Amino acid sequence: MARTRVYVPRETAAVSMGADEVALEIARVNKASGSDVELIRNGSWGASWLEPLVEVEVNGVRIAYGNIAVDDVQGLFDAGFLSGGEHDKRLGPVNEIDYLISQDRWTFWRCGLINPLSIDDFIAHQGFKALEKSFADGAEAVLQAVADSGLRGRGGAGFPTGIKWRTVANAEADQKYITCNADEGDSGTFSDRILMESDPFGLIESMAIAGFAVGATKGYIYLRSEYPLAHKVLLRAITAARESGWLGENIQGSGFDFDIDLHLGAGSYVCGEETAMLESLEGKKGIVRYKPPLPALEGLFGKPTIVNNVVSLASVPNIINLGAERYAGMGVNRSKGTLAFQLAGNVKRGGLVEKSFGVTLRELIEEYGGGTASGRPVKAVQVGGPLGAYIPEEELDVALDYEAFIEIGAMIGHGGIVVFDDTANMAQLARFAMEFCAIESCGKCTPCRIGSTRGMETIDKIINGQEREENYDLLVELCDTMEGASLCAMGGMTPYPVRSVLKYFAEDFAPSAGAQR
Amino acid sequence: MNKTRQRDLGTPVSTASGTVRVEIDGLPATVKAGSTIMRAARESGVDIPKLCATDSLKPFGSCRMCVVEVEGRKGYPASCHTPVEDGMQIRTQTDALAKLRRNVMELYISDHPLDCLTCSANGDCELQDMAGAVGLRDVRYGFDGANHLDAPVDASNPYFQFDASKCIVCSRCVRACDEVQGTFALTIQGRGFESKVSAGIGEDFLDSECVSCGACVQACPTATLMEKSIVDHGMPDHKVITTCAYCGVGCSFQAEMKGDQVVRMTPWKDGEANHGHSCVKGRFAWGYASHRDRIMKPMIRDNTDDPWREVEWDEAIQYTAKRFLEIQEQYGRKSIGGITSSRTTNEEVYVVQKLVRAGFKNNNVDTCARVCHSPTGYGLKTTLGTSAGTQPFDSVMDTDVILLIGANPTAAHPVFASQMKRRLREGAKLIVVDPRKIGLVRSPHIEAEHHVTLSPGTNVPVINALAHTIVKEGLVDEQYVKERCDLESFEAWKDMILKPENSPEEVAKVAGVDAQTLIDAARLFGSANNGSIYYGLGVTEHSQGSTMVMGMANLAMATGNIGRSGVGVNPLRGQNNVQGACDMGSFPHELAGYRHISGEEVRTEFENHWGVTIDPEPGYRIPNMFDAACAGEYKGMYIQGEDLAQSDPNTHHVEAAFSSMECVVVQDLFLNETAKFAHVFLPGTSFLEKDGTFINAERRINRVRPVMPPQQGKDEWRITQEIAQAMGYNMNYSSAAEIMDEVAELTPTFRNVSFKFLDEVGSVQWPCNDDAPMGTPVMHIDQFVRGKGLFVETDYEPTEERTNRKFPLLLTTGRILSQYNVGAQTRRTENNTWYPEDILEVHPADAEMRGIQDGKLVSLASRKGDITLRAKITERVKPGVVYTTFHNPETGANVITTEYSDWATNCPEYKVTAVQIAPAEHRSAWQEAFAERAKKQGRIAETT
Repeated sequence: MARTRVYVPRETAAVSMGADEVALEIARVNKASGSDVELIRNGSWGASWLEPLVEVEVNGVRIAYGNIAVDDVQGLFDAGFLSGGEHDKRLGPVNEIDYLISQDRWTFWRCGLINPLSIDDFIAHQGFKALEKSFADGAEAVLQAVADSGLRGRGGAGFPTGIKWRTVANAEADQKYITCNADEGDSGTFSDRILMESDPFGLIESMAIAGFAVGATKGYIYLRSEYPLAHKVLLRAITAARESGWLGENIQGSGFDFDIDLHLGAGSYVCGEETAMLESLEGKKGIVRYKPPLPALEGLFGKPTIVNNVVSLASVPNIINLGAERYAGMGVNRSKGTLAFQLAGNVKRGGLVEKSFGVTLRELIEEYGGGTASGRPVKAVQVGGPLGAYIPEEELDVALDYEAFIEIGAMIGHGGIVVFDDTANMAQLARFAMEFCAIESCGKCTPCRIGSTRGMETIDKIINGQEREENYDLLVELCDTMEGASLCAMGGMTPYPVRSVLKYFAEDFAPSAGAQR
Repeated sequence: MNKTRQRDLGTPVSTASGTVRVEIDGLPATVKAGSTIMRAARESGVDIPKLCATDSLKPFGSCRMCVVEVEGRKGYPASCHTPVEDGMQIRTQTDALAKLRRNVMELYISDHPLDCLTCSANGDCELQDMAGAVGLRDVRYGFDGANHLDAPVDASNPYFQFDASKCIVCSRCVRACDEVQGTFALTIQGRGFESKVSAGIGEDFLDSECVSCGACVQACPTATLMEKSIVDHGMPDHKVITTCAYCGVGCSFQAEMKGDQVVRMTPWKDGEANHGHSCVKGRFAWGYASHRDRIMKPMIRDNTDDPWREVEWDEAIQYTAKRFLEIQEQYGRKSIGGITSSRTTNEEVYVVQKLVRAGFKNNNVDTCARVCHSPTGYGLKTTLGTSAGTQPFDSVMDTDVILLIGANPTAAHPVFASQMKRRLREGAKLIVVDPRKIGLVRSPHIEAEHHVTLSPGTNVPVINALAHTIVKEGLVDEQYVKERCDLESFEAWKDMILKPENSPEEVAKVAGVDAQTLIDAARLFGSANNGSIYYGLGVTEHSQGSTMVMGMANLAMATGNIGRSGVGVNPLRGQNNVQGACDMGSFPHELAGYRHISGEEVRTEFENHWGVTIDPEPGYRIPNMFDAACAGEYKGMYIQGEDLAQSDPNTHHVEAAFSSMECVVVQDLFLNETAKFAHVFLPGTSFLEKDGTFINAERRINRVRPVMPPQQGKDEWRITQEIAQAMGYNMNYSSAAEIMDEVAELTPTFRNVSFKFLDEVGSVQWPCNDDAPMGTPVMHIDQFVRGKGLFVETDYEPTEERTNRKFPLLLTTGRILSQYNVGAQTRRTENNTWYPEDILEVHPADAEMRGIQDGKLVSLASRKGDITLRAKITERVKPGVVYTTFHNPETGANVITTEYSDWATNCPEYKVTAVQIAPAEHRSAWQEAFAERAKKQGRIAETT
């Protein structure tokens, strides 16, 4: 009899909910009970609310058991879960879970499915097909496909990836670089991490394709230090790719050289800003550079450089494999393809939801998120990280589309969605925006360096009822100053959440608002 | 705005070519392509507000005061980092911009002390100016919020303070330290609101890597980094542009004055040699000019054991003339002579040599270049045809490979070193040939490609080995040699250079280096598009100094590296006017412009002008003077601004010579070591009192302008003139300008030079005449001055000075950044903070073997004498080599050095002395005697 495959995710969210202990317990019980389990540590499907999500492969079908604790393991064995036995926590075949099958998995399709550290498993699931196709079709075809797909930067700025790649490809230089921005610091975001932990070879392949397309032979992943598991996974994957000839000189005999180095950040949010990231990669203090010159022309060490987010890059292989038209066929208006939305905060079913653009916030929060975890009404939703606007409940029907969000003074950013219920004090959240900026500002430009601290103080004065009207006006002017005069988006967008609170939740600034609770 | 502040165009000049048309506030303007909006606007007369931008630094974009509106663009781009584009319509003043700027300024002031009236920058503060410009009237945030008002003052540096409470975190200081100085000593520590300027990692300025060049102080827009002299005295009320009197870089400064008191020296941005940069000496160490040690009254004494007697000028001059005439009468016409100084102006030098030739009626004139760069003059004249370097300093910005030999620019030519470092950071490669690990071998963002750690005395075999590889591997620029050089000499040189003893393998044994390093260095230099050679006294002060200079010229010619920007053979001159002193005819065998005294035609020209007959025989060189003195044939000497007793080698011999003279006249600021043997002391003037010109290492003639009258009552050229008159020669100038007019009239390479012309154009590089009306930055462009470049064979003759069992180590000497030469000036300033005494660098292996401990006294003995000084154990020197400086007279470094000298010019071999070292407990006998003599011979009688 063949061994029974049991999958236990090794992904940070699952691990934080006990997946490692569950895996150990399964191994223990397996041995004790004389079963014959092949334990596989897969990545995560992204349904974080179901973690640890344990799967058993029965006749080629993977049966899922959700929210498994160590204490459940013996019971699972007893219930015959190795043959898909019934149990309270049995969810049925994983590929029939609504939360998952209703998504438009384009970029994250291998996540959860494969063993992230097995290059064979990766290759068995279309791995490196797109890179081989790129070698066959040529760089120009890749550049054209990326441009035709309408893919835009998923780090937050939404700049057309095709234009960026074309600019670097056209630049003449003795050295070019691919840099992958994996400094995923926005509150409520985790899509980069899930991808790196669940499909690291996918990112490696994507960077190699980018390198091939633009003529770069060296890539860097700039990873935030708060992702130790992703760090380990990536290091092992890079080594494995090198050992099997998918990185290094003359990849698979193609004549193309490409290698990747992994660089750990040092805990600075602003290093997710592309120019600060380049400074940091160069070994300098992570402060923002002015633009132009664009990094595409004078980036890392002054050379033409692609700076792409993890998800932007990882979207490319399927654009090559399945065609740009298919990708461009998804989404709405100028927002093509899919985005990996991340549901977090006060939400019942948090996790990663890759959907085509055009889905509404309400659909995401209610249909996927299942409403608030507290069961209380939604008061506000912050989209796009700590610099994103707070969107009130009445605006939740707006479709997720870069331009539509800009119209309402918000932004999609990296797709993080943080839900707050009606107990949230929005004045405190406005203050937090300033406080966050004060903590994370690189300190280079004055509006951000001093303005954020003054913003915090001014909001305190308003909340405390000190010269409320004057300080209210001053806060509005400060927002104008930071937005109009800051060097980068850090100071320039900190006013977004503040303004949204002033616009939609001004009553929370009343002196009594704090006292009510 | 303060009257002395220099115009600031905000960002550096664009290097792009062509122009674009833009519209600034509705007015059309044609501006340089590639300019920033800020620069374009400022050049068009529109001053966009700014704080973090300054035209000596790359744009940074942090203050956000310079935001503008550009038609068709959203937002408010910062003008300091937004380039102009053709057709751009720019608005620099709108209601929205006014509000943004005022609100940003309000943020600044919410974290800034409101003590403008009592602030040291009051009246010269860009923050204050901008607050005024944007009309800030109120700080609505109040002053109760978080702030840095209690941040401490760091006053550790003797010359400037750092008041963190006034810092606006514009990073100008940090960027100046990086971009201008290249030391990278400063950083911004922390982030966000906690960002603060920090020297090193939380060190104070004095303990940090800071070299006190003043670039940060110069860049600071507020009172945060402020000269202590301004803190003490307040703002200057006027300024005078003049030239620094320290090294051969010749930095232009503005002396910032309050009445006739200097309160600050700041580097002048339009200075062609320094482009607004400075070092710790020129920027700060000018206090010696008013030091209490300075002698203000002439003094005489019959006997050097007598105390000095102060007298009036007339008596001193008559006494001098009388004594000289008596000596000549008794011992003959040639029994007296004079020494000109590289520290004084050309005009002062010229009259001294004229006094000797026309007044003393002999050619016994020499100059301190004898002991530094005389081989440069000889070697470059022989090979190329001119006794001077071939390039302007700016040429280094076009070079690809620098071959740096026997020079330590970061210590001795710091401002040029900064420019060199900038070029190295841009990617030029560096080869260092030096027994010591000098700063440029490895420093932040700089690393030499090759360091040839040769043994002292082996320059010639090393240059031969480099040439050997270049010839052998076909790296000679054959076409250049064919077109421009003397082919017969080239062939002979080639045969010589290919001899087996000049192969890298053989030379490696002689020089104690690795053969492969020599080969790699040769390949790098030989394949460079633009290869340049820079060198210092580590080349010249050897018994083969002239050979080595010619060896470098050979190499430069063979590789086609002379005659355009980015190449050349470049002597780094030690003193401010060593080039000029040589140009002015200070050598016993040459009249002004390097024309031999035996030349009938030249002599006649001078004779007609001077109304005397000139001796056609060359006079004594300095060492000949000493020898003649010891032989009883040379009895009187007029020494202007040079301390022969301290600076010349083999002190015992020099002292014996002086002791045998009957009238030694010293003209100087201080009672120097030579003055201890003098009978007449004539107080000199500091550079702040001089009217004249200095010529720097790039042949640039810079004006020296008096900022105050002569403090001792008389211009130095007048002193010389009056001695001439008293001796019966009618020298009769009414101004320094007239002296230069005479130089120009009699010297073809100076024909178009005059004070008036220099005042109009700033400075020129000679030759400056009808062929080159605006001077000659790069020499030998189409052909060599001598016609065909001459290759000279450079066989290696080792020095007689050898190590043996008794003296197993080689001593070499050099300089330190904060001290200057014999230290007469810098020792009388706060520069002593950094380097109060000469120390001996010893390799750990040599120290270990002898039980020498770091910081403890060691005796240093040569065949000539012995001294005691403190040891520093360091790997900067290689095993077998020890190193010291000669900045302090009481150390007596030259007690050790020998009388060996360059075969062609007698330039002393300071760089190679065989020595032994041992732990010591007290001063040497010479040092004891020195202290005794200092007490006795420096006495000044109480005035009655």
